[in-house]
Amino acid sequence: MAVKSASGAPATLPGGEAPAARNGFWGWINKRLPVDEFIREQLTGYFAPKNFNIWYFFGSLALVVLVLQLVTGIFLTMFYKVGEASSFDSVEYIMREVNYGWLIRYLHSTGASAFFIVVYLHMFRAFLYGSYRKPRELLWLFGMAVYLALMAEAFMGYVLPWGNMSFWGAQVIVNLFGTIPGIGPGLVEWIRGDYGIADATLNRFFSLHVAALPLGLLLLVALHLVALRRSGSNNPDGIEIKEKLGPDGTPLDGIPFHPYYTVKDVFGIGLFLVILAIIVFFVPTLGGLFLEAPNFEPANPLSTPEHIAPVWYFTPFYAILRAVPDQRMGALLMLLAVVSFLFMPWLDRSPVKSMRYRGWLSRTALALFAVSFVALGYLGLQPADGVYVVLARIFTVIYFAYFWLMPIYTKLDPVKPVPERVVYRAH
Amino acid sequence: MRTERMRAWLGAALLALAGCAAGSALAAEAPGAAEEAPKAGSGWQHWRADTDVTNLASVQRGARNFTSYCLGCHSLKYERWSRLGTDLAIPDSLLQKELLPPGDKPTQYILTSMPAADAEAWFGKAPPDLSLMARARGRDYLYQFLKTFYLDPTRPTGANNLRLPATSMPAVLSELEGVKRAVFKDVTRSVGGQLLHEQEFDHFEQVAPGRLSAAEYDGFVRDTVNFLDYVGEPTQAARRSLGLWVVLFLLVFTWLAWLMKREYWKDVH
Repeated sequence: MAVKSASGAPATLPGGEAPAARNGFWGWINKRLPVDEFIREQLTGYFAPKNFNIWYFFGSLALVVLVLQLVTGIFLTMFYKVGEASSFDSVEYIMREVNYGWLIRYLHSTGASAFFIVVYLHMFRAFLYGSYRKPRELLWLFGMAVYLALMAEAFMGYVLPWGNMSFWGAQVIVNLFGTIPGIGPGLVEWIRGDYGIADATLNRFFSLHVAALPLGLLLLVALHLVALRRSGSNNPDGIEIKEKLGPDGTPLDGIPFHPYYTVKDVFGIGLFLVILAIIVFFVPTLGGLFLEAPNFEPANPLSTPEHIAPVWYFTPFYAILRAVPDQRMGALLMLLAVVSFLFMPWLDRSPVKSMRYRGWLSRTALALFAVSFVALGYLGLQPADGVYVVLARIFTVIYFAYFWLMPIYTKLDPVKPVPERVVYRAH
Repeated sequence: MRTERMRAWLGAALLALAGCAAGSALAAEAPGAAEEAPKAGSGWQHWRADTDVTNLASVQRGARNFTSYCLGCHSLKYERWSRLGTDLAIPDSLLQKELLPPGDKPTQYILTSMPAADAEAWFGKAPPDLSLMARARGRDYLYQFLKTFYLDPTRPTGANNLRLPATSMPAVLSELEGVKRAVFKDVTRSVGGQLLHEQEFDHFEQVAPGRLSAAEYDGFVRDTVNFLDYVGEPTQAARRSLGLWVVLFLLVFTWLAWLMKREYWKDVH
């Protein structure tokens, strides 16, 4: 069994040597299941650039949150009772009568928000260092598919506790499908399984939330990782390390993923868990941001909350929806706001990948985009009137300008020369 | 290069800072935290409950207040008597003798004996369950609600409320607080170029005294709100005390992970 490095050449760096054939139990296993081979190819023999910075923590953190959500979700499902008449009560049962049920529930609700924080930072990293560029277009698209599946997963999970905001949020979001010409109204009915958000809707959202979407997410995450292994990680300098191989055929600027990045990621996970624990144990609702006050009242079709706002991670898109006076156009623009991400690899025409070597134009554009994304997120939580709408319109224009003017400004951008090798200073 | 790494950390720190700023701005809009703009002469929108759920004596008094004055109409359908006894360190004998309605078992949920159908016929609306009211509306809301009942002959109950105008709840605590009259003043304000005349709350006038002094009644309300805060999330005190140990453990773990990372990365040049 020859060990392959990221470049396809045989690897001989520390950890990458082909070990002597094993005997005994492990030998028996390895003759039948390529455990050692997998570890060598995917961990010890996989060479990652040595110059990763803090932005590179968020990929492994996303995986940690995924596992956290799956495990806490499995335990919640043991006690949650889906149904119009039982959902709300069973969540309170979990919070009060199940041993450490409150902890499992808060981990799951905080984990949902943490997932989006981590994924948004992970995506921002790609924006910073051009990680979506050739040859990583598919990697980017799989990542975006994960993001879309995650949005569906989060939305349906949000409906399950059957609080009043769950109910009205579902009402607003599902009604958006009604703006599709022709099939809209019929489609909405088909999604809901009723003439309103009701028991049938709740049941199917539960099924999708605990079975269909997690399976889809796992598959997409697996594809995302396989595509990552094929192209190898990008890095803060945006240089392809595979192009500079040493005499042994391994990248000169690469280090084996295990142990170097596994020990580094354990540290990152520790930092992340400290922050997660502070929220879970001390401010689980985060002032109504992670768990909203109206959701402590059961769903009530006769009483609309004062203003309906989705959870914070959807509010940038919600603000775009409300910035447009016409609902159909608003829904279309909201869809476009999400879909725009998919075109990044082809919109970006800069000769360099990393922001380190780009000029002021690209840097300003990215800064403006980041500001408008956060600002739209804030505006989406505010009532849609007065100055809020005006601001939302301004930031919506900036948001789209970032994507659709990209072919122009990335060409005009005065770039700096990219070094031959990655920039790394040993500690 | 060091500067590049510094820049990345700086960027991350700035982002985190922006997140925190946004979070705290939003936190300020939590229920009960933010109210309408202050009006001259009336400060009730800014009254704070300022309760402390770890003050066991206060929560115990609140439990007593609840069973004496609220349980007639309101349930706490997610809380069992036995749980209340355990959490509030009330001995079983005392629980059975002083709090438990005759015939109820400690393992039963805290339910009012008033049938919902009757309540609806009498008040127009069944009194809501209060288990989660402190979480849904906030402690300050409850405090303001219980402190701003006033005489209003136009209402079927004879009473109205500033926090929840046209409430169907009668002023059941007037026996303790006494009877108040609300004094309104005429104000004229210009809205979009048009002059609007409206009445604005100015102050309360005591019409008849209650059994408690103003300060005693304030304490009574705070204890009751504190108890409802406990019922909203009975595990909250345990959550915080466990959290301290978890965070301490994770800090030590992270520190060790950092040491291990530094050791391994000595090979990387």
